[in-house]
Amino acid sequence: MAKITFPVEASHIMMFARAIGDTNPVYYDAEAAKASEAGRIVAPPSFAQSVAQFNPDYFLRPKPGVAWFGSGKTATGLTEKASSSGGLHAEQHFEFHRHISPGDVLTVESKPGKIWEKESKRAGILKFRESVTEYRDQAGNLVITATSVGVTTERPVAQS
Amino acid sequence: MALNASQLKVGDTHSEQICDNLTRTQIVQYAGASGDYNPLHTDEVYTTQVAGYPSVFAHGMLTMGMTGKALTNYVGDGTLTKFGVRFTNQVWPGDTLTATMTVAGMRNEGGQNFVDLTISTVNQDGKEVMTGNASARVNP
Repeated sequence: MAKITFPVEASHIMMFARAIGDTNPVYYDAEAAKASEAGRIVAPPSFAQSVAQFNPDYFLRPKPGVAWFGSGKTATGLTEKASSSGGLHAEQHFEFHRHISPGDVLTVESKPGKIWEKESKRAGILKFRESVTEYRDQAGNLVITATSVGVTTERPVAQS
Repeated sequence: MALNASQLKVGDTHSEQICDNLTRTQIVQYAGASGDYNPLHTDEVYTTQVAGYPSVFAHGMLTMGMTGKALTNYVGDGTLTKFGVRFTNQVWPGDTLTATMTVAGMRNEGGQNFVDLTISTVNQDGKEVMTGNASARVNP
């Protein structure tokens, strides 16, 4: 995957904190953040995943002129049936070498990791796919390493 | 405030309700903030009629984010060194979730103290929806 430039912005951090229901002022109030032990506005721990906003080709964002698999006039915008029930997120791991702040401009690169399969009672054959993403700051220092595991299920997950 | 190693012991827990009656609107809010617009999370028509699920469900990353709130409330701001999770069951609109962190160990590396935690997030029926672990810097 091509490298993505991820500018870390104060309003994006504020919106992200609101979405996870976190009212901690360290995420939006510069004065309060200065007095906190972080000493500045920082991003919530799982914020790095919203690099998706800066990936021009991100497949889970509708794009003008491109058929979208969600509903419109019909229940799906695709004419051919999707080959599976779609991917789910199985695992996510972050290692923080430094916490990121507004003004950081990160360069983000993902590499494919391990691939494995497992049989499951609830969803049939599970295909797992790992990807390792490195976030580097404007000085070239590694600030976050993220490992993500996606799973494609043979059929929708049965509800117990 | 960061925790103090001298006041921690293995088995200590911190528990917090991280959402009460999760709304579809909050899931939409998370889609907008994170950029993940997968219709499985926001499009009831697609999710029930095409994907075959009983309703839309939350992004795993929303559960991780809400659990992260309880985690940083416990360990303080900017102190985390690791946070990793496995999503074990789906989270549905209407769910009420509680996250619990348990001290699994303490260590000192290069003069810096760290706490290692295990994490479990459960729904209103006590079913585990996410499990994980984290490490954070702590004061001596």
